[in-house]
Amino acid sequence: MQKPGFGRAKFIVGGLLILAAVIYLIASSTQASAEYFVTVDELHAKGSDVIGVNLRVSGAVIGSTIQYDPQTLNLSFEVANVPGDNKEIEAQGGLAAVLHQAVIDPNRSHLQVIYNGPKPDLLRDEAQAIMTGHLGEDGIFYVDELLLKCPTKYEEAVPQQVK
Amino acid sequence: MIADFGYGVLVVTFLLALFSVGTAVYGARTKSYLPERGRSQSGRWAESARRAMLLTFPLVTLASLALIYLLVTGQYGYQYVYSVTSNSMPMYLKITALWGGQAGSLLFWSWLMSAFASAVMLRKWERDREFLPWVIVVLSLTLAFFLALTIFFENPFASWWQTASGEVAAMFRPAGALPLTPSDGMGLNPLLRHPGMIIHPPMLYLGFVSFVIPYAFAIAALITGRSDDRWIRITRRWTLVAWLFLSMGLVLGARWAYDVLGWGGYWGWDPVEISAFMPWLTGTAFLHSVMIQEKRGMLKQWNMLLVILTYDLVIFGTFLTRSGVLSSVHAFAQSAIGPLFFAFIGLTLVSSVSLLVYRWNDLKAEVEMKSMLSREALFLLNNLLFMGVLIVCFWGVIFPLISELVTNQKVTVGPPFYERAAAPLFGALMLLMGIAPLSAWGHSTLKTLGRAVWKPALAAALVVVAVFAAGIHNAVALIGFGLVALVIFVTLYEFWRGGMARHRTTGENFFTALWHLAGRNRRRYGGYLIHISMVLMAIGILGMQVFQTETQGAIPQGSSLALAGYMVKFDSVAQFDSAGGRNVTRAVVSVYKGDQYLGDLYPRRDYFYESGQPMTIPGVRSTLADDLYVILVDWQPISAIGATFKVYHNPLVNWLWIGSLVFIFGTLVAAWPEKIRET
Repeated sequence: MQKPGFGRAKFIVGGLLILAAVIYLIASSTQASAEYFVTVDELHAKGSDVIGVNLRVSGAVIGSTIQYDPQTLNLSFEVANVPGDNKEIEAQGGLAAVLHQAVIDPNRSHLQVIYNGPKPDLLRDEAQAIMTGHLGEDGIFYVDELLLKCPTKYEEAVPQQVK
Repeated sequence: MIADFGYGVLVVTFLLALFSVGTAVYGARTKSYLPERGRSQSGRWAESARRAMLLTFPLVTLASLALIYLLVTGQYGYQYVYSVTSNSMPMYLKITALWGGQAGSLLFWSWLMSAFASAVMLRKWERDREFLPWVIVVLSLTLAFFLALTIFFENPFASWWQTASGEVAAMFRPAGALPLTPSDGMGLNPLLRHPGMIIHPPMLYLGFVSFVIPYAFAIAALITGRSDDRWIRITRRWTLVAWLFLSMGLVLGARWAYDVLGWGGYWGWDPVEISAFMPWLTGTAFLHSVMIQEKRGMLKQWNMLLVILTYDLVIFGTFLTRSGVLSSVHAFAQSAIGPLFFAFIGLTLVSSVSLLVYRWNDLKAEVEMKSMLSREALFLLNNLLFMGVLIVCFWGVIFPLISELVTNQKVTVGPPFYERAAAPLFGALMLLMGIAPLSAWGHSTLKTLGRAVWKPALAAALVVVAVFAAGIHNAVALIGFGLVALVIFVTLYEFWRGGMARHRTTGENFFTALWHLAGRNRRRYGGYLIHISMVLMAIGILGMQVFQTETQGAIPQGSSLALAGYMVKFDSVAQFDSAGGRNVTRAVVSVYKGDQYLGDLYPRRDYFYESGQPMTIPGVRSTLADDLYVILVDWQPISAIGATFKVYHNPLVNWLWIGSLVFIFGTLVAAWPEKIRET
């Protein structure tokens, strides 16, 4: 015969086991797939410390540097440093203004990136590139996943005729 | 004029919602909801609140119609109209632009909310009149919150003004400003001009909004202290409908991504996708665990917690899409409404949970759970696994925020995190789907369960052996297909047992017997169909996750790319203007398997003149076995390079869509009203 309370205990133990399994899955998967979000400036400051680490870098695309070879699908361009913090971006007049400023400012630090794959539709001057990849020993950022945002068109839209 | 009218109506509706909160609370305090006091002077309070609630629907409808009028007549002097429509858009897109941007979709949310709230007001309340005032309070407060957002922060009726310091959007004329009327608008983002995208947001919103109803009844039950399962029985069908809409919203979003985004997949673990998925997880857990409360009187506190969580995850999901707090392809611009959402979620969560704690002892289980293998224990396990997936998702979404707070270093986790952490949990859920239907209520041992399970399990094992023999040695695929087979066999076995038993007792032929049986137990057999639909979807997901292959290359006309036994030959490319202000570049490729010609595909790229934005539409050859998915990446008309293509081979992905159709059917079976009305 079971002791009173034993029934409850085995459910608690079972529940804890599941909880432990979930925590283990989360912890190990986080470790294996974490990507560090850095700005171009931070990336330059860390330099060789982060070679090979999974990174996510955001920058303003400099249109004149875009080079694309449709034969090999090699795509390279430069991005300029933009602040990583949303509040800072807001304080500087919104994403569109920040991106514009970053591209025209000659003193901003730049990062050379290389990506292999189809050229994304949204890749153009003053787009925000959010790039996942790693820094090579040659100082070039090798991108595995490229996301682009163009805020000017749909988000901070102001009538054209008054501009 | 129309805009002022629409705005005025919104303000009136907002006040009306607050009025109904006040009268409902007063009515509840004076117990005026009781039928015997219904006609007395004080008894009119609850009725008055109910009528106010009923009135919100026609009012918000008027406001929405006012906005639709502005949209279809192209009044670009209004900021919202300017930002989501343009002269070249067809009429149906101008109407659906109602939910094409932030301000409009918040109004649309309120409109759905008022529709559902009114529908609830029309039900027969005689037997549970004491719930009425509190249901009104919850619905009205939620509605008032969303109306307040549109009135004070994201006003769809604001117009453009030219001031000395630049152009601004405002409801009322700033001092010294002149009205500004652009001749054309920005137009809806071309990516959103797709049938899937037109239905996807309303479906999600319907799912979101209808989950508010069970929450409202749960809160009413907590406040009035009714600890039975009355609130669950009342809202069972609402919950199923909410779940159906939410699921369809998710599937349509996936289908849209597959058809339009041109990256070969359908689900990218984007924070916004996840935020719509999280209420689905708690909702699904809730649908299962309410059965335990109905049958065994257990898990009452747990059900309350689940419905509260679902409600707040619904608000959280709306918040994530709206606040821009996380970078995402879905995110609209950042705006001031983020902190408000946060405050609202915090307030409702804290007050609901406090209420639950206050009633905690009243909601004790009527019987204790004994056997670890009983049906109720396995249901509980199912719930824990769903919670596990929820925690994985939630962690993935908030991890960047936490890590930034703690270490001042923003870290994100991508799709591999979710896949790695959630896959074992989904696998365990499938195993449960296979075993739980065969376990008994109350008490089940390894022996009784084993006796029921061994036949389908053996058949599933044979499937695994066959798959292995067919040359598939990937462990994930073998486990996955084994679990799929187990669920299908167990479910068919259940159909067989039930049908045969009735056949023996009634003498009807097997299929008639099964038909009648399913008609009598719609919920059970609808549920089985849903289980089958889930594993059909799992087949598609496994195919994509494990077996997807891709290739890419630039090829001259007449050459071809090879992938997975297919040959994709580049025949020609043409460029022309098309309706809707777009320039289309369309390639013709012919597909061969070996020497056999299978047909042509037309991958294309549309360029939208007014927005300067291109859109990639793949050419897809879809069969039950696999999809060949061809994207036109680039082209050089006058050179030997020809065009660049990316080709994906997506095995079994069609089963994802087939499964979702079975899913709709199963949910309708489960939700269809029984002949004898259950109370």
